[in-house]
Amino acid sequence: MITVSHYLVVAALMFAIGLIGVMRRKNLLMLFFATEILLNAVNVALAALSNHFGDLTGQMFAFFIIAIAASEVAVGLGLLIVWYKRTGRLDLDELTTMKG
Amino acid sequence: MEKYLYIALFAPLVGSLFAAIFGAQPKIKFVGLAASGFLFVSFVSALVLLFEVMATGQAIHVEMMPWIAAGDLYIPFGFVVDQVSAIMMVVVTTVSTIVHIYAIGYMDHDKGFNRFFSWLSAFVFSMMILVMSDNFAGLFIGWEGVGLCSWGLIGFWYHKESATWAANEAFIMNRIADLGMLLGIFLIYWNVGSIQYDAVFAAAPTIANDTLVWIGILLFIGAMGKSAQFPLHPWLADAMEGPTPVSALIHAATMVTAGVYLVIRANPIYVEIPDVGYLIASLGAFVALFAASMALVNRDMKRIIAYSTLSQLGYMFVAAGLGAYWVALFHLMTHAFFKALLFLGAGNVMHAMHDELDPYKMGRLYPIMKGTAILMIIASVALAGIYPLAGFFSKDKILEVAFSGEHYILWGTLWITAGLTAFYSFRLIMLAFFGDTARYKEHGIHPHEAPKFMLVAMSPLALLAIVAGFFEHGFVHFVNAVLPEFEFHTHHVEMILIAVTSLMALGGIAVAILLYRRGRISTKWESTWVYKMLINQYYIPKIYDLIFVKPYGAFSHMMWKNIDMKVVDATVDFIAKTVYSTGEKTHTMQSGNLSVNLRWMVVGVMVLLLAAFVPTLWEFASNFYTQNLHYFGAN
Repeated sequence: MITVSHYLVVAALMFAIGLIGVMRRKNLLMLFFATEILLNAVNVALAALSNHFGDLTGQMFAFFIIAIAASEVAVGLGLLIVWYKRTGRLDLDELTTMKG
Repeated sequence: MEKYLYIALFAPLVGSLFAAIFGAQPKIKFVGLAASGFLFVSFVSALVLLFEVMATGQAIHVEMMPWIAAGDLYIPFGFVVDQVSAIMMVVVTTVSTIVHIYAIGYMDHDKGFNRFFSWLSAFVFSMMILVMSDNFAGLFIGWEGVGLCSWGLIGFWYHKESATWAANEAFIMNRIADLGMLLGIFLIYWNVGSIQYDAVFAAAPTIANDTLVWIGILLFIGAMGKSAQFPLHPWLADAMEGPTPVSALIHAATMVTAGVYLVIRANPIYVEIPDVGYLIASLGAFVALFAASMALVNRDMKRIIAYSTLSQLGYMFVAAGLGAYWVALFHLMTHAFFKALLFLGAGNVMHAMHDELDPYKMGRLYPIMKGTAILMIIASVALAGIYPLAGFFSKDKILEVAFSGEHYILWGTLWITAGLTAFYSFRLIMLAFFGDTARYKEHGIHPHEAPKFMLVAMSPLALLAIVAGFFEHGFVHFVNAVLPEFEFHTHHVEMILIAVTSLMALGGIAVAILLYRRGRISTKWESTWVYKMLINQYYIPKIYDLIFVKPYGAFSHMMWKNIDMKVVDATVDFIAKTVYSTGEKTHTMQSGNLSVNLRWMVVGVMVLLLAAFVPTLWEFASNFYTQNLHYFGAN
């Protein structure tokens, strides 16, 4: 029997994977993937809990996240392409123009 | 009438502010004229008020606006012009106006001409607040204002070390006394619940005698500072570092008379405590003799006159202490006229002698400076108390007061002082203006008479010094509306007393003229210990230096090195260094590398999560522990 705990464990695992990706990855594209995993970990948790409590609000929230993530990806990928065209790389360690 | 009151009060302030606008600029003659003009306006308004009070016999009382209103405490900016303050206002504005006009000539070549007039008018304004206020708080504001302005004026030539030192000395000595006065005012408020004169004086008879004694003493300590009574007197002689018009103003109109005014104003308090009054009178008599003795030998023209002021203030306190308030006020008034005249004359001599103040270097100035000499002789005769000049009437009354109360020791002291006063006044006159030789020639000085308008400006003072005494009866009648009457029990010996005193004064003059008719006397006696003690002012400045100044300096140095540097500064430095080194160590975080930043972000999120969950977890764990105690082996 798959209970809500199972879903939550999966979500937590996904979140951990995403977090490690955010911390470890040096390629910008991979970083994007990692953030997507983070977002979807939250979506899974929201959907599971929403189902568990019989309250649709959580699922509605997940839809919003998906929509916003999609637009974010559109903007982010656009920027990525521009950056790649200008420098020919996507290495994070070279992105140090914000140095304080 | 309110209008005149405000004009009299604020015209000097307007003059001061006007002059202050040009404070940093080189001399503009118009500034001096304007300041004098504003003071003249104030003088006219004061006269109008005096005549109004004289005609109606009613005090003019206004409340400009509330100042402090908190709970039961209510202090307004209120002003009252009654018989006493009207007299004070007229005296202050008369002398100040003349001093202002005189100063236009005196400060002619000074760089700080405009600044001088700004301070001078502010000085008068402070004094006007002091005498016009209808409560002790307003009096205290004026009191402090006078102190501040005196500081600015005594140290007017601030490039001179001695001038700044004298200014600080005057200010600090006055502050010590001000503390006493402030405590007195607190005590009054504590007991009466108000510091309005009306309320305080109405309640004075009901206050416990012990408390009243303390109030009287504390207020008198304040008066001692301003009026330079022993032991707070050295500042007055050192204040001679200021320009001469300032000395005239301090000694005649503003500042030193404030102490006497306070005692006269607070007469309902002092009437209740005759013992304190007697103490004041005794101190006054002592100071009169003490200061006069120092004036006998001094070799600085202005200091001689300064000691003479000290001595005359002693006279005033004798009268005030023995309950003859109108006599004190009368002597204050006459003294203001001839003392201002004496100082302005000394200023002329000083100018003529190129700032040389030693009368031993003058001699035979009379042929050159006839006008000044005559004015100064008039002032000195008035000071000595010779009929029919002003000093005679007031000083003689003080001696009568002492005799009338059967205080023969006080009377004797004052009687001797009267002789000394006459002697040192004429010693100065003889040394400066007469004698056989014109000693100034040896020093290569070419004296010249002061400009005419300065002499003309001084002449009203000379006139007043001559005739002021004849107003005695009108004066008594006028001020006794608010001051207590004083019963003289000396009618049977009045003429004898007058004769004895006048003989003493004439004798002093005669001795001075005989001794100094040829110029300076032999220098033999300058090696005696009496002379040394007097010329060193009884060694009091040295003793003060040894007892107070040096130990305090050492103490301050110790506090600076140990407490300030090692505790206060060290603490502040430690905080600054901690912040600085933290930044130094953590600035590598800001490498600009997005990956590193993201990792720090994760760390931050973790910390916040922990902070949110740890309390919950802790609660859970402790609940779990208490509920399952039996598992943990507890019985």
